[in-house]
Amino acid sequence: MNRPKRKNPILRTRLPTLPPGARSRIALGLTAAAAEGRFALQACRDCGSVQYPPRESCGVCLSVSLSWKSQDGKGQLISETTLHHSNDLFFRERLPWRLGLVKLDAGPSVVAHLHEAIRSSPSRVVVSARLDRAGQAVIVAFPEKEAAVMAEDVRLREFTCDPANRKILVTDGKTAVGQALVRQFSELKAEIIWVGYAEPWKKFPGFDELKKIPQVTLLPLDVTDSKSVREVAAEIGGKVDILVNNAEHHRALGIANRAGVETARAEMDVNYFGLLRLAQEFGPAMRSRGADGKASAVAWVNLLSIYALANFPPHGTFSASKAAAHSLAQCLRAEMRAAGVRVVNVFPGPIDDEWNQLLLPPKVSPSNLAKAITTALQNGIEDVYPGDVAQEWLERWRDNPKALERELSE
Amino acid sequence: MTVLTSFVKDFVSGKIRVVDLTQTLSPDFPSISLPPEFGQAWPFRIEEVSRYDERGPAWYWNNFSCGEHTGTHFDAPVHWVSGKDLPRNAVDTIPPERFIGPACVLDCVKESAADDDFLLTAGWIKKWEKKHGKIPKHSWVLMRTDWSKRTDPVDYQNYDEEGQHSPGPDVDAVKFLVEERDILGFGTESIGTDAGQAYHLRPPYPCHTYMHGAGRYGLQCLTNLDQLPATGAVVIAAPLKIRNGSGSPLRVLALVVG
Repeated sequence: MNRPKRKNPILRTRLPTLPPGARSRIALGLTAAAAEGRFALQACRDCGSVQYPPRESCGVCLSVSLSWKSQDGKGQLISETTLHHSNDLFFRERLPWRLGLVKLDAGPSVVAHLHEAIRSSPSRVVVSARLDRAGQAVIVAFPEKEAAVMAEDVRLREFTCDPANRKILVTDGKTAVGQALVRQFSELKAEIIWVGYAEPWKKFPGFDELKKIPQVTLLPLDVTDSKSVREVAAEIGGKVDILVNNAEHHRALGIANRAGVETARAEMDVNYFGLLRLAQEFGPAMRSRGADGKASAVAWVNLLSIYALANFPPHGTFSASKAAAHSLAQCLRAEMRAAGVRVVNVFPGPIDDEWNQLLLPPKVSPSNLAKAITTALQNGIEDVYPGDVAQEWLERWRDNPKALERELSE
Repeated sequence: MTVLTSFVKDFVSGKIRVVDLTQTLSPDFPSISLPPEFGQAWPFRIEEVSRYDERGPAWYWNNFSCGEHTGTHFDAPVHWVSGKDLPRNAVDTIPPERFIGPACVLDCVKESAADDDFLLTAGWIKKWEKKHGKIPKHSWVLMRTDWSKRTDPVDYQNYDEEGQHSPGPDVDAVKFLVEERDILGFGTESIGTDAGQAYHLRPPYPCHTYMHGAGRYGLQCLTNLDQLPATGAVVIAAPLKIRNGSGSPLRVLALVVG
């Protein structure tokens, strides 16, 4: 994909508009799965029927015993239509728009947005649920045989946060995760990558390699220093399309094995207040740029931890700071939604770094973590649980949070 | 005429000048950092409370936070384990007359420019005394290196893979100043009173060990030492009165004639 033309600075920057965002509580089940990149439909526990749209009871046997089941999305595109008129502000600005009717092999028929790689109907397609600009699940159809990248469709690109041609800030370039992210953003053809680093007098491994990456500009940035965050936001805040906050402070301590509050406070200062400082300084400009041409502000990524869901006592204060950050990230997500800027929360299991040295594998490697983040951006996913430990804990937490709490205290 | 009225007269007429030996407290000034597994001092941070706005319409003020050993700061004997049991060893209990003393400025600029790890020796000090006279009792001895002119924090901290490289006194120099010259304390322009590599001296951190062990004080992150004469200035270095405090940021002033 070629670099989109730069914006014309004499024209008014468009304000963000969103596609219709209202959903019933039951329909949000589709969104919850899409937020993790899954396509799930209601299946009846009694008669086995799969149904769409979501309802309170089974459309075949009236049973209320329904559960959300992941689907492969395969089906037949039976007809298509192109919209040339809409009174909805979002679609009005993007006409013409293609839609089609897909008969799923699982049973129901769905109305789907069509990827431009689908050239004709009838044809075999695969549908999946993706988050649209309003953060709600919509159904998108791709060709069954051909690999189609969502971001390469000029309209569907807006549903993703693809790093290509985007201007990205990675808040901490000192860590292995930060450096892996920078390398991947560079390979994915980001236009500019700003890389923050705190305490510039402590030269860090990988500094010289980072400097050699053509898109990289290194910036002193310390998320514990409001002045530093303000100054960096003043310099680049109006240009950042994707902000990845990977700055974290991690010490492996519970309550009983460290006297005093200083270590826990340092964790809160980076992991919680750091996010707050960044959100206050970068949030407003990003919200105003939700529809800034082809390279608009699209995403805010928070590196949280699976320990945000349930406290891991050997890393107890760190877990607490990540839980606080998770809560704040939910607030940020609500505030960014009106601008169509997606807040991506990443909940990795233990990362293979010096602060998890004594934990047994499996641990997420920095490059796999970075890959999970870039893939989530490309596919428009907003909740990411990288690594085997994260996946397993998530499942246990969903099944029974109290049981997980007790298991983790062993 | 008392001594003080004559002092005031000379002060008002400009015959006695004030030289500010203090760095500005700001988040940009480097802070001391220990290996990451140790407890850390807070760096200087500042947050606005209000600025004539909805948070406080007619007033501007900030909250600031920092450790006791931030910016230009004073080290009390209780800071070091060697001085922990001495009487009146904390910033609130040190007799206030000990905050004021004559200054001897040892110009080590050339040596420090040639060697980042320059160690000041007792021999060097004795040579200085031949030229400037014996260091008086109860003096502040200030090691001038022009380190404060390294305005880029990277140069100021001067880290490499083996840690920090900055000048300081060696073991014998500290012992000489304490035992044979009975000084008040030792001051430097770099981030510590000890050299950057002083962990590898025997004992490690001799200035902290002996100076504080003998109930003497430290001043670090000083500036403008180039504006002081070798002898003849008077230094006023009064730390904040923190209960059982191990040190504090402070304003260090020097009075200079002429």
